[in-house]
Amino acid sequence: MNAPPIPGSSEPPPSAHTPPPAPAPLQPPRPSLSELFIAFATISLYGFGGVLAWSRRMMVEERGWLTAEQFNEAYALCAFLPGPNIVNLSVVFGSRFRGPAGGAVALAGLLGPPMILVIIIGALYAHYGDLPVLRHMLTGVASAAAGLMVATVAKMARPLFHNRAVIGPLIALSTFVAIGIMHWPLALVLAIILPVSITLAWVRI
Amino acid sequence: MKADGGTLLLLAGYFALMSLFAIGGANSAVPEMHRFAVGVQHWLTDQQFSDTFALAQLTPGPNVIIVTLIGYHVAGLAGALVATLAMCGPTCVFAYFAGRASERFKGSAWHAALSRGLIPVTLGLTAASATVIATTSDFGWLAAGITLGTALIAYFVPVHPLWAFGVAALLGLGGLI
Repeated sequence: MNAPPIPGSSEPPPSAHTPPPAPAPLQPPRPSLSELFIAFATISLYGFGGVLAWSRRMMVEERGWLTAEQFNEAYALCAFLPGPNIVNLSVVFGSRFRGPAGGAVALAGLLGPPMILVIIIGALYAHYGDLPVLRHMLTGVASAAAGLMVATVAKMARPLFHNRAVIGPLIALSTFVAIGIMHWPLALVLAIILPVSITLAWVRI
Repeated sequence: MKADGGTLLLLAGYFALMSLFAIGGANSAVPEMHRFAVGVQHWLTDQQFSDTFALAQLTPGPNVIIVTLIGYHVAGLAGALVATLAMCGPTCVFAYFAGRASERFKGSAWHAALSRGLIPVTLGLTAASATVIATTSDFGWLAAGITLGTALIAYFVPVHPLWAFGVAALLGLGGLI
């Protein structure tokens, strides 16, 4: 990745630096702190039910801060870091451009506005949550959200079942049963299943 | 709502720990939040949890704001802030250093093994989340119908969540009559 140097970092760039896959003769525009905040606040508030698509559009297509390849690489990294992907993404992008302050500002932009909104909503719910009208509507919404997740699972599962693979589906099923049916603690289940899954993936490579 | 120090500390510790286990995003941690907030701590009832999840889905922004709502429910404004910061803090520090180091890891075999090993686990977690949400809402057949219908439609055609939520809210309302 042809990342600009991070201000304030004492570390020199890694010497075993692989050349970027795409030639990047032009220095991409480097956002200021306020631009970072506004960009991530916008992503957050527009990114309804899928912040990722919006962040890609903003960073790559509208602002041109990253190439499509740089975005994919950063996203792949964030997807397997623990914690909410988009939160990781904001920190990784923000700090790439403006160091720790950039990461903090991008995160504040991403979380600040929806937090204010959701706290107002929470306060309203505390007052009116018992109204039957509201409860029924919310149950409808929760059920639909569960349905959307089921559809996502079905789509994600398709490539997993290719090539008559056994291990992937078995791992997925065990995780599902342990968490969704047995209601075991997440930390315990992951402590067992992650090493198994990653080792098996390692062996197959 | 009680904002005593012990509760805040518990929120902070719990969500900071979960931050490191929430692989695949906040929605995969929904069953764990349900287990702890409803089953262990009795902070919320099943119905309140399902409502909280719905409200978080209805609010624009990342899914992680369900944590803000749970924190708010448990200990007011302070709870909302503490829970959200705890859920994002550790993972952000991690992301910051991983982002700086990623150049060296790129394309290595263990990198590929790690991401391939995580995919089926994330899949199982998402399926578990859907199940937990579908089974916590308290009016049976209509809710099940909405879940199944949405799943079928969303599998075959791209559905904007707002449309799905709007129609489902009206159907839920219809169940009242």
